[in-house]
Amino acid sequence: MIKFFLMVNKQGQTRLSRYYEHVDIHKRTMLEAEVIKNCLSRSKDQCSFIEYKDFKLVYRQYAALFVVVGINETENEMAVYELIHNFVEVLDKYFSRLVYINVDF
Amino acid sequence: MAPSLFHVLIRTIRTARTQAEEREMIQKECAAIRSSFREEDNTYRCRNVAKLLYMHMLGYPAHFGQLECLKLIASQKFTDKRIGYLGAMLLLDERQDVHLLMTNCIKNDLNHSTQYVQGLALCTLGCMGSSEMCRDLAGEVEKLLKTSNSYLRKKAALCAVHVIRKVPELMEMFLPATKNLLNEKNHGVLHTSVVLLTEMCERSPDMLAHFRKLVPQLVRILKNLIMSGYSPEHDVSGISDPFLQVRILRLLRILGRNDDDSSEAMNDILAQVATNTETSKNVGNAILYETVLTIMDIKSESGLRVLAINILGRFLLNNDKNIRYVALTSLLKTVQTDHNAVQRHRSTIVDCLKDLDVSIKRRAMELSFALVNGNNVRGMMKELLYFLDSCEPEFKADCASGIFLAAEKYAPSKRWHIDTIMRVLTTAGSYVRDDAVPNLIQLITNSVEMHAYTVQRLYKAILGDYSQQPLVQVASWCIGEYGDLLVSGQCEEEEPIQVTEDEVLDILESILISNMSASVTRGYALTAIMKLSTRFTCTVNRIKKVVSIYGSSIDVELQQRAVEYNALFKKYDHMRPALLERMPVMEKKQNDFIVKCNKDTGAGGSMLNLQKSLCLDVMEMTSVMLRMVSRFCKSPDHYFFSAGIPSITAYNKNGLKIDFTFERSNTNPSVTVITIQASNSTELDMTDFVFQAAVPKTFQLQLLSPSSSVIPAFNSGTITQVIKVLNPQKQQLRMRIKLTYNHKGSAMQDLAEVNNFPPQSWQ
Repeated sequence: MIKFFLMVNKQGQTRLSRYYEHVDIHKRTMLEAEVIKNCLSRSKDQCSFIEYKDFKLVYRQYAALFVVVGINETENEMAVYELIHNFVEVLDKYFSRLVYINVDF
Repeated sequence: MAPSLFHVLIRTIRTARTQAEEREMIQKECAAIRSSFREEDNTYRCRNVAKLLYMHMLGYPAHFGQLECLKLIASQKFTDKRIGYLGAMLLLDERQDVHLLMTNCIKNDLNHSTQYVQGLALCTLGCMGSSEMCRDLAGEVEKLLKTSNSYLRKKAALCAVHVIRKVPELMEMFLPATKNLLNEKNHGVLHTSVVLLTEMCERSPDMLAHFRKLVPQLVRILKNLIMSGYSPEHDVSGISDPFLQVRILRLLRILGRNDDDSSEAMNDILAQVATNTETSKNVGNAILYETVLTIMDIKSESGLRVLAINILGRFLLNNDKNIRYVALTSLLKTVQTDHNAVQRHRSTIVDCLKDLDVSIKRRAMELSFALVNGNNVRGMMKELLYFLDSCEPEFKADCASGIFLAAEKYAPSKRWHIDTIMRVLTTAGSYVRDDAVPNLIQLITNSVEMHAYTVQRLYKAILGDYSQQPLVQVASWCIGEYGDLLVSGQCEEEEPIQVTEDEVLDILESILISNMSASVTRGYALTAIMKLSTRFTCTVNRIKKVVSIYGSSIDVELQQRAVEYNALFKKYDHMRPALLERMPVMEKKQNDFIVKCNKDTGAGGSMLNLQKSLCLDVMEMTSVMLRMVSRFCKSPDHYFFSAGIPSITAYNKNGLKIDFTFERSNTNPSVTVITIQASNSTELDMTDFVFQAAVPKTFQLQLLSPSSSVIPAFNSGTITQVIKVLNPQKQQLRMRIKLTYNHKGSAMQDLAEVNNFPPQSWQ
């Protein structure tokens, strides 16, 4: 099950967040900060799945933007990885020219 | 003045350079929005709420917008409804009472003429509907599930999933609607239907049995997906709708589990997917991964299982880290059941230990330990020791423990075993867990012929560096025991070194003085020096001097030992040789080790946990035995605590029996330590067992953690738990106990009074 879907930039600013479970608003900012810290500390050679607390993070980097999805253990990590790419492709098609810096509504 | 446009707001916020600046802008905007809401302005409400939602997403509170969302939902304009429903999904959830007001709106919108409005309502209900809302609206959802409009049908299916999650009793209601869900051509509907079926099967075994008949249909759909040519609508990197394929595979897994017929029906299609899927891209690998998981979980034939493991082996050779990670995780799950097949890939797994990625290294390490057996132990150990050398600190403790366990099980020779232990102690000495030290000491004691070799190697190891505490502790203990072998140069296994008694004492004294030594280590060193007084011949006076110096040490533990050892020199010199004799070969006793030592050290007098005392704490045993005699104030019976106090059966009903055994503390006569043992003579296990006790007001009770919460059936195992009772007024011990556990599917509970405590347990 997908727990949350985040798009965060390298400076730690959240561009998009969607939580599928109730999380307190204060905890959200903390969670996002920690998540982006984990993702930023990974190098290119490391795999895209991070074990974080009691769930997993699947992240994918597009230029200066990180798309991070939090999943629990019943999900197929690689399918979620593919899903992220699919989502970005859809945004690209829909907004015709996807400029990563300006990813928003 | 019209409120600012949404994207203008975003741009403004983006220009903020610091967090404080951003907060200021947001607060200004919030104030503007608040006043606008107060004016009940219908035209701009939509825009304001949109801005509010954006600010909420950035992490700022937005609860004052909740009612506005409701007003938007009630409006007739589609743009208003859209923002209103979005706001409801983001801001409202069942904790807010406001959400119930939405129920009527949603009901009307579910029957709206425009499918997009119906879609919005379904989405919102499926996202945040509470149980009451779901109960009220389930009928509407079910109706929409049967419609022919595929746009609505797929949303209704997902909404149904949410309804079932919230109110499982309503599952039956959706059953008729699922009849021809799988006959759809539209992939959207197919996908959501499979999700719905999966949810129903996971929740109810009856549904699971009912839906097993769908297996042939699912197999057909999957086959079409694989065999069909290029379809632009569903193509992802050359594979047709991989998301649907993965979903179907998962549903097949659930349906085929523990069922031979269904598993057989699936064998062919699984083999086909496994062989035909394109593996050059991540998409194909994702599907293969799901297939492997399915094969391993259902009752597949052995050929298929071997195929699955070979796929995982191929994954391991892939350069892509993600795939390697996923392969290692799956192999870990299957190594218990298909051990031999996984062994074939051992060398690849061991190579993964050298990978740069932390998650991969961890998985590879766990898998390597699972694969060690009698045949490959030498080779594997070499790799694992090399890994221990170079890995990150967070792994070292686990790796060291794993190596000890594996070495104990499969050591080809005692010398090899001791060498391995030495290697671990010297490379990762400070990460070794505390309970490893007594284990090692016991091991060394039992390898009688290796004593000289061991003590020589340990001595050489700490000569250069005595900062690693576990190493130093083991070394001091051994030098204390086998110091005579060391100075006599008797080693057979390797070149004996020339050591004088003074050199040995030098090193022990430096450990005592060093700032790096922990208090426990110093205790080991002092005891070792004391033991050498009977093993060494020319340096007894030096030992006496050292011991007397520490009689005034600041460390209470050291001081106590030194004073007692001094007494040993003075008053009880005749007993010294007998007391400090070589330790006998020890056996690992499970629970009933006689001398339960009270560690009155800095650990605050806490009892050794029963789990930890699986192996005795040898240092404690030595020093306590020495001290007992040196105090020489009570009759010997009192030291063997548990002998003499009869144990009782406190409770025996319905197959559950609880026995109490007693021990008294030698330092505090008001403390009684009760060990309870719970056993189960019925033919079913008792789970979630919780033992609670209450005592009269004049007593104090401390309950330590139990060994487990499951009592296996047929008396095949017990739960043990330690209770400490403080009885300062020496009153007769009484206790009321409460037992709760699950047995034969129902929760059991019982209260009882225990009155048959023997007088020796409290007098």
